[in-house]
Parts: sequence; C-alpha cells; structure tokens
Amino acid sequence: MKSSSQTADPPGGADPIDGAAPAEAGSLAGRSPGQLMWRRFRRDRTGMVSACVVIVFFLLALLAPLISRLYGKDPYTTYGLDRPGLLNEFFYPVKPNGGIDGEFWFGVEPQLGRDVFTQLLYGIRTSLLIATAVTVLCLITGVVVGVTAGYLGGRTDYLLSRFIDLLLAFPAQLSFVAFTPVVYALFVSPEKETPTALRVITLITVMWALGWMGLARLLRGQVLSLREREFIEAAKVTGASPWRIIRKELLPNLWTPILVQSTLMLPTFVTTEAGLSFLGVGIVEPTPDWGRMFATGARHYQNDITYMFFPGIAMVIFVVAFNLLGDSVRDAFDPKTKR
Amino acid sequence: MRRGRDRLSDPSRPPYRRLYRKIRDAMLRFLVRRSLGAMVIILLISAITFFLFFAVPSEPAQLACGKNCDPDAIRIINHNLGLDDPVPVQYWHYLVGIFAGRDFDIGHCSAPCLGYSFRNDQPVWETILDRYPTTLSLAVGGTVVFLVVGVSIGMIAAARRGTFADKFLSSLSLVGNSMQIYFVGTIALWLLVDSWGVLDRPEYVPVTQDPVGWFSGMLLPWLVLSIIFIANYSRMTRSLMIEQLDEDHVRTARAKGMSHRTVFFRYAWRGAIAPIVTLVGIDMGSLFGGAMVTEFTFTLHGLGRLAVDSVTQKDLPMLMGVMLFSCTAIVIANIIVDALYAVIDPRVRLA
Repeated sequence: MKSSSQTADPPGGADPIDGAAPAEAGSLAGRSPGQLMWRRFRRDRTGMVSACVVIVFFLLALLAPLISRLYGKDPYTTYGLDRPGLLNEFFYPVKPNGGIDGEFWFGVEPQLGRDVFTQLLYGIRTSLLIATAVTVLCLITGVVVGVTAGYLGGRTDYLLSRFIDLLLAFPAQLSFVAFTPVVYALFVSPEKETPTALRVITLITVMWALGWMGLARLLRGQVLSLREREFIEAAKVTGASPWRIIRKELLPNLWTPILVQSTLMLPTFVTTEAGLSFLGVGIVEPTPDWGRMFATGARHYQNDITYMFFPGIAMVIFVVAFNLLGDSVRDAFDPKTKR
Repeated sequence: MRRGRDRLSDPSRPPYRRLYRKIRDAMLRFLVRRSLGAMVIILLISAITFFLFFAVPSEPAQLACGKNCDPDAIRIINHNLGLDDPVPVQYWHYLVGIFAGRDFDIGHCSAPCLGYSFRNDQPVWETILDRYPTTLSLAVGGTVVFLVVGVSIGMIAAARRGTFADKFLSSLSLVGNSMQIYFVGTIALWLLVDSWGVLDRPEYVPVTQDPVGWFSGMLLPWLVLSIIFIANYSRMTRSLMIEQLDEDHVRTARAKGMSHRTVFFRYAWRGAIAPIVTLVGIDMGSLFGGAMVTEFTFTLHGLGRLAVDSVTQKDLPMLMGVMLFSCTAIVIANIIVDALYAVIDPRVRLA
C-alpha cells in the first residue's frame, strides 16, 4: 500500500516536499519516481558510503585476475612449499601474524603456503558469482510466480500458494546440505570426481530451488491489493491486455519490494554459500572460495589465527555494508516508513 | 487483566465453566486440525525427499558399496535393502517400517524403523536418538539466550529512545546481525578457550549426568549461536515497544498515574509479546540450520553434524532419517508456537 503510492501519483505531480531542493522549487519539472528516489538516496550519507563499499567488493571480484597479475601472484601456486623459509617444519608461516610482509600482504596459508591475498580475491569472486546468479534467478522466479498468482487469482493462486507453503516447510539449510549430493548424482556417476563448474551449478540450483518463495509470496500479496485499485480498473476498461497491465501498471509499482528484497537476498546467499563450503558440501579444493577459507582457518586456528581474520573481517564489512544499503534503499524509495 | 484470565480458566467457578469448556474444545479442535495438516506436510516432504534420494541417483546401491564394487555385490545389496523394487513401493515399505517395523535379511528392525546406515550398518533411528539431545540442548539454550538478550536490548532501546544508548545498541545489533557463526565461533574459541581459558572447551555432557558440566560445555555454543539471532529480536522488540507505548490505553494508564515500570511491563510489553512468539516459530527452521554450523564449529556431535557427515559419506538412509526427523520436529514446534500464540493473545481465535 505505502510503497505503491509514488507511481500512482498523476504524472508531473512530483511533490516539492519530497524530492526537490528548495532552490529548485520554483521550476515544477516533472520527475519520474526513479529520479526522486535517486535524489533522496544521494542525500543519504550512510547509503552512499555503503553503496561505494559494495561496489568496491564487486569491482575486486570482477578485476581479480588483473589485480593478482599486478600483484604478481596467483591463488593456486604453493609458494610456501616451493620456496624454503616461508613455512616452518610444521608447515606454519615462519614470520609472525600469519607471515604478513611486503611480499605477501595478507600472509601465507598454513600447510600449502598459498598466497592469502589472491585467495581472498578469487574467493570473493567465486562467492559473489554464485550469490549474484542465485539472486537473479530467485528474482525472476519470484516475480513470475508472485505476479501470476496474484493477478490470475482463483485456482492458479490457490495451487501456487500451496506449492509455496510446501517449499517453505522444508528446513532450508538442512535441505541445501542434503540435496547437493542428489544434484551431483544427477550429472555425474558417484565414482567420478565432480568438476568445479558442476559444483557451482549445483549450488546455484539448490539455493535457487528453495530461495525464491519469500519474494513470490510478498509480491503476490502486493499484486492482490493492487489489482483492486482504480488505475488497474481503468486500464482494464480501456481494453489493455493482461500482459500490458502487468508490464505497464503492475510492475512499476513492484520495483520497491523487488529492489529491497534483492538487497536482503544477496548477502544471505553469500553467507549461505560460504556456510555450505565451510561445512564441506560446497566448493572444494583447489578452487578458491570465501567459505572454504573459513574451513581452512578453523582447522588451523590454534596455530595461525591471523588467517581467519582476513576472510572474516572482509565478510563482516561486506554484509554490514549491504544491510545498510538495503535500509537506505528502502528509505529512499519509501520515505514514509520510519525505522 | 491477569486476574480476569485466571478466573476464566478456573473450571470450579460456575459462570465460567461453559466458557472454559468452549475454549478447551476450540483448543482441541485446533490441535487435531493442525496435526492433520502437519502429517500431510511431513508425508509430502518425506515423499519428495525419498524420491530425490532414491530415484535420481542411477544406482543407490553403488553409494552403499563404495568405490570398487563388483556387480554381484551391488545385486546383493539391492536385494538385501529392497532397492530393486520400484521407488513408490520402496517408499511404501519405508512408511510401513516406521509404524510397524520391518524385516531385512540382516535382521529385524523394530518400529520406528528408518532403515540401516549405508556406512556402518547401524540402525538409523538409534543413531538419531543418540545425537538428538545435543542439538536439542543447543537449540533450546540458544533460544533462551537470544530471547533474553535480544528482548532486553530491544526494551532498553525503546525505553531510552533517541539517546546514545539506543543508537549504540542499535548499531551493535546491526553488526551482530552481520556476523557469521563460523567466524565468530572460531575467534571466540581461540580467545576465550585457548588464550584466556575463561570458558570450558565446548562438549556435550548429558544434562541428567552432570548439569554443571552440561551448562559449562554448552555455554560458548549458546552464546555464539544466539549472536546472529539477537539483532532481529532486539530490533523487533524495540519497534513493537515504541508502537505499543504510543497506544491509547498505555497513555491512559500513564495519565492516571501508574508507575513507569507498571506501564512499561504490564501494559506495553503484553502487547508486544505475541509477534515475538511468532518470530520464534519462524526461526525454528533456521535455528536448526544455525545449529548445523555451530555444531561443526565446536565439533559437537549432534544431528546437524550427522547430516553433514552423511552427505560427505553419501549415506542416503541416514540422511533421509535426519531430514524426516528434523522436519517433524520443526512442524511440531510450529504447532506449539501457534497454540501458545492463542494463549498469549486471547483475541486470536484458534482458526
């Protein structure tokens, strides 16, 4: 209800209290809700800072090959084993604090002696790739199912809603863990090694299958209430096709929940994926992965606690930034809600 | 308000006897209906899971047998475990086994029979019963900690709205919300157990055997598990309390001179309980997931650990059993929470 108000305004009726700064109040230029939102968002300092942090993370992930080339190392080479003097006889870094020095900025990994900095870079890359793919798939599925159920109503709505209820009854994290081997078994016979690409696809599939229901249910509710509004009625009377009504009348009113939900979803999927890799059912050696670094860190924490801090602090920064960004996006879209 | 309700539920008072009976009947009807619904859900979930586990992999017996396994061995395993039947028939045998027990070639498996492990030929049900207390202690203790801490933080923030304490607690809970068990748990283990030695190394001791050891062994896992939940509860309690404090009846209570404390706890807090209870019900499922990572971090041998181990060892019957068991546990917990909801908030009809 609240969220649908901006687009339902008559065109050109950008209300001067919300968007325009006092200096511009004289010129009553029409502004789209998107522009209004952008204006409000730009004024929110926390939101801007956290948006920058999030963008930096995505850039790091995208540019990981370039950065590691400039840095001169890669996440696979076992520097500690190849070069004497980096690891001691128990295969732990010789230098204090996990072997941090000018050459290895974040130190070297215990046991195998790989470079932590590039491992983290590539790990973030893997995790963000998976999480982004899952988020996009869940968004599409959630929008399609939610809008279909809400707009068509009747028996379709009933069946889809029961289906959503059923999927929601699955204990999510346990199912993620339990169903990954099933999906592996779909593609590879058990005696063969599972290729990395397939592991990635499997993780995406499993998280997607049980991740979209929340958004679908939310959108269904929104569409149910929007369907009864006058502007939809008017569009129907003028003979607009259902497709047009959904595209031009309904979807613009649903951008707020969709965007807010996706900013909530993405960090959850990042941490879920990391959790799965931590448990040993996600990405495995030698592919660098954010969650797998926690597993390595937890194995060697008594002798080399430093290793744990780099992926850990990076993840805390990432999730905090994303949560703050989500709050700011909601405020910008929907200035009436007070936290 | 409380006195009124006590009189309501006291059957010895004639004027209320009929009402009492009505409430009791409604409660019974609710429980029966919800249990039936729960059974349907559990049946569906177990059917889907069973199908995925035993129909999708080309040769489940291969998983039972290991890497180098000749066709004869596979045939024997298939026969012994009934894996050569069609999957629906297998599922039927499985269901019958749960209620009536089942005979395998290796011996009789009495009800509730969830089959035998592919790995060590142990009965699944006994293994689950052996591991369950750990997870239950973890989940119950964690819930108590995050409810007490989260709700108190929320109440303090609401009472001191807009002050430094409020802002501090709010940002603290935001950071807590962004923490991960596998990170905080390991750091806490290193700091509190290995370096300073203020807490005992986490381990599970049955509470009936040694309550003190049980408590000190589970304390660190409880604290770490609750960290990720506290933020939700403090945020929700804060906004609910602020909402309630603005209500008319609360203002009236204050206006007629009741003490701050009475107004806060007896009036505003009562209105805020119900949604929090609902949230606990919703979190039941994720609590189990959280327990999985917590058990792994602190090397506790509970159900979550069992599930992960069965995945890595491709132990399908064990995994199926854990799935079924935890689904049932979550569904039952949800029914209890919904019934509690009706008890807490009399306006909610058990419909």
